[in-house]
Amino acid sequence: MLKKRIIPCLDVNNGRVVKGVNFINLIDAGDPVEQAIIYNEEGADELCFLDITASSDNRSTLFDVVKKTAENCFIPLTVGGGVRTLDDISTLLHSGADKISINTTAVDNRSFVSSAANKFGSSTIVIAVDAKKDKNNRWKVFTHGGRNETNIDAIDYCMEVAELGAGEILLTSMDKDGTKSGFDNELLNKITTKISIPVIASGGVGTLEHMYEGVVEGGASALLAASIFHFGEYRIQDVKRYLADKKIPVRI
Amino acid sequence: MMKLVIINYGSGNLHSVHKSFETVNQSLGNPYEILVSSSANEISQSDKIVLPGVGAFGECKNALMSYDGLLTSLEDVVINKKIPFMGICVGMQLLADQSSEFEINEGLKWIPGEVVKLDSNKNFPIPHMGWNEIEFIDHPLFSDCSQKSDFYFVHSYYFKLQSKDNLLATTKYPNELTAAVIKDNIFGTQFHPEKSHSNGMKVIKNFLNWRP
Repeated sequence: MLKKRIIPCLDVNNGRVVKGVNFINLIDAGDPVEQAIIYNEEGADELCFLDITASSDNRSTLFDVVKKTAENCFIPLTVGGGVRTLDDISTLLHSGADKISINTTAVDNRSFVSSAANKFGSSTIVIAVDAKKDKNNRWKVFTHGGRNETNIDAIDYCMEVAELGAGEILLTSMDKDGTKSGFDNELLNKITTKISIPVIASGGVGTLEHMYEGVVEGGASALLAASIFHFGEYRIQDVKRYLADKKIPVRI
Repeated sequence: MMKLVIINYGSGNLHSVHKSFETVNQSLGNPYEILVSSSANEISQSDKIVLPGVGAFGECKNALMSYDGLLTSLEDVVINKKIPFMGICVGMQLLADQSSEFEINEGLKWIPGEVVKLDSNKNFPIPHMGWNEIEFIDHPLFSDCSQKSDFYFVHSYYFKLQSKDNLLATTKYPNELTAAVIKDNIFGTQFHPEKSHSNGMKVIKNFLNWRP
């Protein structure tokens, strides 16, 4: 049976792992390569690096982090943050990334999704969606690391990029991110019941039960978390044992 | 020293494949010189061949054909000289007669069968992406592996074999799918051993030790 994936996410800023609350107030959480190696040994199913530096002059730091990680961790590695061109994707893949997460560029230019999927294969292209509920109770897509609001409906957008060839969706709830109050399972469920590509749940996990709810209520194929792992509240195996006890298929 | 060539035809994940083979090779005391190459000459002098593959079947096939003499030397060493060959993911699918991904493309026709799309089903998202259990037939290439151990898969198409004789391992999603193929000196995996942590390293080690 296909296993639900547990993915530690490392937000990287200028070569260091950082973690923010609701996308701001960054706290230093260590060296990315060292952390990646630990997660790899502890049984992470994949790793995710999101470069939040955003300024292009520091990109080489990211390539170096990806390269060193890929040399030491033989599990899939998703990398994103500031991906704007097909060349960016190519460079990251050659540094050792397996999947590339695209956010703002896909919102600005939908055809980029299909050209990236055609060139590198759908399974290489992850579309990262940052979503937040507006006052009319509709989820809107945000870009530029959550700074810019768009008028795009998050559910429609997910359906559209799935149609365009995205291999997977990394769905982050901005309302939930950093709050430790659980994933936005309502939003997750609305999306996972409408599209046929895997969805990674992100933003808000604080307890083991939240992980379980993300799978059962949200319908997620994979669960992404940052701070609960970085600050040692839970180890990867704690999550897996908890889920396995509740009959969720995981790789132990 | 024996030579192992990982064929470089522009496939994205070469770095991972190279690193994983290097790591296993080192643990065995470096019996191989590992080369990443697209040179027909290097291929014709190699003792083992690895064909990785990520992306669409047609693109991979065209890329493979775009290198001068590459396919001719590959067929010569694998089919005539019968040196051990391992195809990974699309590198395995290329062994088929044909694939229907986007349009019909001919494969290398080394193992009878065709590459077809996975059945779509609401509870089983496509791509089939993540860790899944395999069951294998007793074989040196799965030596030290346990039945139902997990390997990393990521694909939307699969190799529908004509004959069970070439089926080495299967996985379920939800139907039974080809996870590994075998024909004499030719081995292929749908899963990515280079991304399958310690289980993948065992398969790579078995391939390095394999004397078909």
